[in-house]
Parts: sequence; C-alpha cells; structure tokens
Amino acid sequence: MHLLYPAVLAALLFSTGLYGVLARRNAILVLMSVELMLAAVSLNLVAFDVWLRDAMHSGQVLTLFLIALAAAEIGIGLAIVLLVYRTRGTSAIDQLRELGESAHPAPDEPAAERTTETTPT
Amino acid sequence: MTGQEVVFVIVGVVVLGAAVRCVTTRELVHAALWLVVALGGLAVQYLLLTAEFVAWVQVLIYLGSVVVLLLFGLMLTRAPIGPSPDADSGNRPVALAVSLASAAALVALVVDAFRTSWIELDRPHGESGPVGESLFQNWVLPFEALSVLLLAALVGAIVVSRTRGNEQRTEQRTEQRDGQRNGGVG
Amino acid sequence: MNTTTAAVLVPLLPFVAAAVILLTGRRAPGFVRPLAVLPTLTSAGLAIYVAVRQGGDEPITAATRLAATGNDRLDIQLALNLDGFAVLVAVLVAVVAGCVQLYSTGYLSGDPRYPSYAALVSLFTAAMLLVVYADDLIVLLVGWEVMGVCSYFLVGHYWETSAARAASLKAFLVTKLGDVPFLIGILALANEADTFRISVIVGKLTSPLAEGPAFELSHPTLIALLLLAGVAGKSGQAPLHAWLPDAMAGPTPVSALIHAATMVAAGVYFVARLLPVFASSTAALLVLALVAAVTMLGSALAALAQDDIKRVLAYSTIGQLAYMTGALAVADRDAAVFHLLTHGAFKALLFLAAGVLIHTAGTGSLTAMSRMRGLKRRAPDAYWTMTIGLLALAAIPPFAGFFSKEAVIAGAEHAALDAEHGVPAAAGWIVLVAGLLTALLTAAYAARLWLLAFHDPVDSRTEPVPVSEGASPVMAGVLWLLALPTVALGAAYPVLPDWFDGGDLAPTLLTALLATGAALVGGLAAYAAWRSAYEGDAEATGVDPAPALLRGLHPHAAAGFHADAAYAAAVVRPTEAAARLVRFLDGAVVDTYVRAAAAAPGLLGTAARRAQTGNVQTYLSAIVAGTLVLAVVAVLVVAGE
Repeated sequence: MHLLYPAVLAALLFSTGLYGVLARRNAILVLMSVELMLAAVSLNLVAFDVWLRDAMHSGQVLTLFLIALAAAEIGIGLAIVLLVYRTRGTSAIDQLRELGESAHPAPDEPAAERTTETTPT
Repeated sequence: MTGQEVVFVIVGVVVLGAAVRCVTTRELVHAALWLVVALGGLAVQYLLLTAEFVAWVQVLIYLGSVVVLLLFGLMLTRAPIGPSPDADSGNRPVALAVSLASAAALVALVVDAFRTSWIELDRPHGESGPVGESLFQNWVLPFEALSVLLLAALVGAIVVSRTRGNEQRTEQRTEQRDGQRNGGVG
Repeated sequence: MNTTTAAVLVPLLPFVAAAVILLTGRRAPGFVRPLAVLPTLTSAGLAIYVAVRQGGDEPITAATRLAATGNDRLDIQLALNLDGFAVLVAVLVAVVAGCVQLYSTGYLSGDPRYPSYAALVSLFTAAMLLVVYADDLIVLLVGWEVMGVCSYFLVGHYWETSAARAASLKAFLVTKLGDVPFLIGILALANEADTFRISVIVGKLTSPLAEGPAFELSHPTLIALLLLAGVAGKSGQAPLHAWLPDAMAGPTPVSALIHAATMVAAGVYFVARLLPVFASSTAALLVLALVAAVTMLGSALAALAQDDIKRVLAYSTIGQLAYMTGALAVADRDAAVFHLLTHGAFKALLFLAAGVLIHTAGTGSLTAMSRMRGLKRRAPDAYWTMTIGLLALAAIPPFAGFFSKEAVIAGAEHAALDAEHGVPAAAGWIVLVAGLLTALLTAAYAARLWLLAFHDPVDSRTEPVPVSEGASPVMAGVLWLLALPTVALGAAYPVLPDWFDGGDLAPTLLTALLATGAALVGGLAAYAAWRSAYEGDAEATGVDPAPALLRGLHPHAAAGFHADAAYAAAVVRPTEAAARLVRFLDGAVVDTYVRAAAAAPGLLGTAARRAQTGNVQTYLSAIVAGTLVLAVVAVLVVAGE
C-alpha cells in the first residue's frame, strides 16, 4: 500500500479537526474536534510504525498511550465544561471573554502616584 | 492499485466525510454520532494496516466510552435536540481559511516527502501478542507513568466538578465511574 | 609673634568664628555674641599689630603652593603680600567689622536669625581680609566671590519682604555681571604675565630695568577694561551701580559694613593694587576717569533727590567711591586709598548713626523725619555723630574727608596741569571738574540731609517721635568710637605716605580753597532753599529743598536717572522675552516629542489591545496561522538550500 493514502488521510482529518476547533461554538463540539485531531495523529503513528516495521512497536504503543490520554483529556475537559456551564450558564466558548481587554482600561496613574508619595517616607 | 488500497480509499472517504459532517452539522447530538462513524472508520483503517490490537482498543475506548462521555456532556449542558442555528461561532471564515491552508501545506508536504514510499503489508505487524510483549517489556515505565497520569486526571475531574448540591452529586458519581473505567483501560 | 603668623591669623579668626557659629549657633545661642565679637576684635588688634610691625617698610611676602593648574608656571599660591596699602586697609576692614559686630549685638538683639547673621558677617570679614592680604589673583578671586555670596545673604536678611528678596537677587546678579569679565581679565592677565602673583606682575611692570628687557602687556587695554567691569560691579560704579541703593533693604549694620566701608571698597583697592596694569593703558585710564565723573555727578544728583536716608547714603557711597576711582584714573593711588580709609570710617559712622535714627524714628523717610519734633533730643548720640560724619562727607576742614578729598583733587589737578608720565591730561581735567562740581553737590545733599532730619529753628514741627527704645550704650559707644577717626584721621596725612608710595598727601592751597568754596556754596545753597521752603507753605509743599535746587531734574534724579528702567529695557525685558521663547519652544516643540514618545506606544498599545478580545478561538487561529507560516517558510528555506 502506498504510504501516501494514510498520510494524506491523516493530514485532511487533522485539518478538519482544526476547523472544528476554530469554528465550533459549543465547548463539547470543540472537544469532539480535538478528538478528531488526535485520531489523525494516531493514524499517522500506526501507518509509519507499520511502514518502518519497528521492532519495538513504538508507533502502536504510542497510539495506545494517546488513546488513554485522549480519554483522560475528555474527562478533565468535560468536567471543566460542566463547571463553566454551572457557573456561567453557558458552554459557548466565544462568550467566555472575562480575560479580554476592555475597551477603556482603568487608568493606573493613581496607584503610581501613591507609590511615589510613599517612597520617601 | 491493490485491493487493500481500494478499500482504504473508500473507507477513508467515509471517514473524512463523517469528520466533515461532525464539524459542520448543526445538530449537536448528530455531531457525536458522526464522530462515532469517523472513529469507527479509523478502526477499520487500522485493521487494514494490520494493527489489529490498536484497532480493537480504538473501538473499545473511543466508541465505547469517549463518545458516551461526550453525549453525557451534551446532555448535562442541556444541549438542544434538533438543529441549533448558533452551533458555529463568528470565527468560521477564519477557521476555514486556516484549516484549508493547513490542509494544503500538510498534504503538499506529505506528498512531496513520501511519494515513493510503500508499506509492505504481507506480514502483519500489529497482532496483540507482539504489541503486548513490547508494551510490557520496553514500554513498561511510560505505561506506569501513564497510569499515574490517569489517576491524577481522575482526581482532577472529581475536584473540578464537585459541588455542594444533592442533585449534582449523581452527575459527579457518573463522571467518577467513567474516569475509573478509563483508568482501567490504561 | 611673627608678623606673617599674625597676618595669617587676621583672616583666619573670623573664618573659624563663622564656621563655629554656623555649627553651634542654633544649639547654643548664648555663645553667639562672644563668638561674633571677640574674634573680629582680636583680628582687628592683630591687623593693627601687623600694620605697626610692617610700618611702611618693604612689603613682606609669604607664599605656599596651593594647587597646580596644569601649567607649571601658573601655580595657584596661597600668598600674602603685606605692603602699606594692604595693612592699612586691613586695619580699616577689621576695625569697622569689629564696630559693626559690636553694634549688631544691640541692633539685632531680638532677631531670631542673629546667629546666621553674625556668622555671615564674620565670614564676610574673613573674605575681605583675605582679599586685602592676598597676593595671588585666584585666592583674591575666592575672597571676592565669597564676599559676593555673603552680600547676597545679608542683603536678603529680611527675606520675608519682597523688596529684600529682589534687592539681594539684584545685587547678586549685577555684581556677577561684572565678575564674569573680571575672571576672564584675571586669566588673561595671568596668561600674559605668566603668574598669578600680584606683586610679581606689578614688579615686572614697574621695574623693567631689573628684569632685563622691558616687559609690556600685549593687550593692556583689553585686560584693564575686563578687570574694570568687575571693579565697577563690586564698587558700584556706573553702569553697574544700580544694585547698591537697593541693597539698603538689608539691615543697617550690613549696609555700614558691606555697602559703605569694605566690600565696595574692594574694587577700588584691587585697582590700586594693580594700578600699573591700568596705567599701562591710556584708554583704560580715560575710561576710568569718565566712569568716575559720570558716577560722581549722577550719584550726587540722585542723592540730593532721595527721600530714604539710607538711599541718600548709598548714593553718596557711590559718589565717594567714584572719587577714589577718579584718583586712580589719574594714577594717584595714595590719594585713592587715603580716601578709602577716611571714607570707610565716616561712612560706617554715618550708616550706623542712620541706623540709630531709623530705630528711633521708626522710619527711614526724610519727609517723615522732617515732621518729627525733637528727634535731636531723642537721639543725641546719633545727632552729634551724624553731624560729624556729614561734615566729613562734605569735606569741611578739619574733618578727615577734607584731607582725603583734597588729596584726590590735588592729584587730579596735578595730572591736568603738569605733564604726568603716562596719565592723559584729559583724564585729569575730567576728574578735576567733576570732583569740584561733586564737592558742591555733596555738601548740598549733606546739608539737606542734616537740615531735614534735625534742624528745626523755630519749633514748627508737629508730629511726635514714636515711642521706641533708644540706642543701647554699646551702639552709642561704637558711634563715638568711629567718630574719632572721622575727626582725626585726616591729620594723619603727613604720616601715611610712609606706608604708601611716598607721594605728597598734604592739601594744596588752590585746590583746598576751590573745593572748600564749592562745598560752602553747595551747603549754603541747600540751606537757602530749605529756609525758603521752611518759611513758605511748609504744610503744602514740605520743607525739602531738593525740588527747588534741582528743578526739572528732580524726578529723574529721584528715580536714579532711570538706571533701573534702562536695565529693564536693555537686559530684563530681552531676557524675559528669551525666557518666554524658550518656554514656548519647550512647551510647543520639545514637549511635542516627549508627548509623541508617550503617545506612540499608547497607540500601539491600543492597537494591540484590540487584538486582545478574550475569544480563545481568535487566539488559537492566530497561533495556528502563525505556526503554519513559520513552518512553510522553514520548509521553503530548507528546500531552497
């Protein structure tokens, strides 16, 4: 079998997952897209392992690890999403913007003045 | 083109189509089901690549637990049944451009790099026996480390999702059980 | 005690006293008075001792190397030169300073800033004595500048009043205006003469035969004029005289010490020491004579029109210093220093007596005093000593002023009529004519001052003298102590040439008659004008004889001939305009860069902040896109290689 088939499929699958991560609004859908990306990486690992005939089966073992990691990631991710949903009432990613810079930042000059006043004393 | 290649391409088209549906559908539950199709197709691909152990693990873990977990998540966040018009965020054009660019770059790179490489599939390379031996002989230390990591993830999931209310405690327990099951796989 | 040791102690004692007072004055105010008075009196005694020991013999010089300048021939040396001029001027300075310190203990008894005042006066005395004794131009300059700073602080002693603040600033700036060319002149002179030692410079200039080939300065006029600027600033000669009348905002003892007897005399003394340098340039002597004549006449006219008693005395100081400058212009330094000595005595007396008078009357205005009844009886010591001082000022024989002014006028006549070597006859004529005219005017304003303050023949004055404490015994004692040389110093004219160059200081008949006649005419004219004003409608026009005497000139003279206005137009307004320009440039041009330097990062920050939306997907898109671009570039670069 030509190596290009699994490699190209993995690349396309990865890009599809990337699109999902970047375009989806619901956090759980984003997590699904992440699974797609991980699956694409797994496919690559298996394909190259078979191609290289690795005696230690590195690619396949790593794929196993990856699957376990994906399961853990989903567990943690879902827990976080649930927490966010409970506290914020939504799981839409683009509405969680608390860390964004507000349009009119509070001036921090008073704080600077206070420090200069207190410095001599 | 050998028979294996034909099957691989057909299943690959199905996987890719299912993945695209998964990231574009407006019905959230359908997205999870399309994911099942895509991941199941991938398991078939693994089988085609003679990695049967990985294929069965894929079916067990992904299809058996991860997707179920995702469905639980959708339900717990009260995802609407039926199409929801706001499934995609405003970032969609950018996402499309970036992913198309990424696809183009990756495919071009891969094609350029491996256009003369063939995988020899006469001898199977992924039966349970050799892979298990390799796993418990050469990879036993990372394997144990991974189990510690899974334990940490389990504890973390509990801590993060713990609440004081009674009704949430059942959800918590569900997650716990899922986490344990995941840990058992590792 | 060695004469040199004593001479070193003379400036050192007040200096140490000043340092000690400054260090301890606030904690131990009880020690300030003895610390202020005793060292100054001791150094006065030592100065007299030095003068007696020196006795007009060969100058005693002692030098020790102080600092290198990078030019081996031009070392700065802590050098003393004790010739007759130096020791006598030192005696004058130390005695007047001692008197002023004594007087100040009474005059400033209740002043909270007395310790710093006493310390500054001591420091000033030390600096002046250093100037007098110094043989090195740089050391002299140090003393000169220390005096300037002390003068600044002492004039501004009452810094609560804006007048004192302005006056101190003005005194400082105007004298500095002269000091800058003075410093350049000193450096130029030292460069040409290859030494900073005054005695060596003078020796080279006056005895060319001993030095082999004749030594001449290559730019005598330039150097002399540069030095003259500093002298004019320090000695209050036109056009840098404007600070002196304003400096009367300081305490009266300060006026007596600094602005009458000593500091302003430093300029004259300096020219006397370096007279050969000035004498080597005819142009410099002519300029000196012109400056002296203009200053003399202008200040006498201005003094006649002033209302404040201290301003009258200040203008008269300018005029008397101009007499000394005039004597120097005709290369007669004996007469100049003689007049310096007598003037120091009687002007200090006049100022201190005026201080008592102001203390008693509560005002310095002559108009106000002319309405007060019995001022004479309330301040008898001031009345009598002031009378003596005014007689000396008007050069009435046999008071000290007569002899010294005589010497000046005789010297001018000598230069005008006899062909003196190196002295232009024109300078002699200028000084002679101006001196005689000024003698007339001096007598007039002295008489006016006396008549307005005290004279009340028919008891027509109405207002009572305000109740105030009179002069303390110490103050009165100091007045009478100073009255002594005012009366008697003139009689020293046969002895003084022993200390000086040996010229004749005796009055000559012709000039004596002329000058005394002029003085009598001036005095009588003032009396007549006063009398007519006194007997006329005194209530309406006042009793001041000055308007009648000066007529149209009076307003101009009262304003000091608009020197301040001229300064304002020539210096102050251009400076202010330049300052406004600089402020505008600073605000509109320089600050623009500064503000832009602040605004540009601000704009960049705003732009960067816009990217900071909080939307994780945007961030991730940017990251992935960037990674892709980097990866593609890396691959292309690798492929290109």
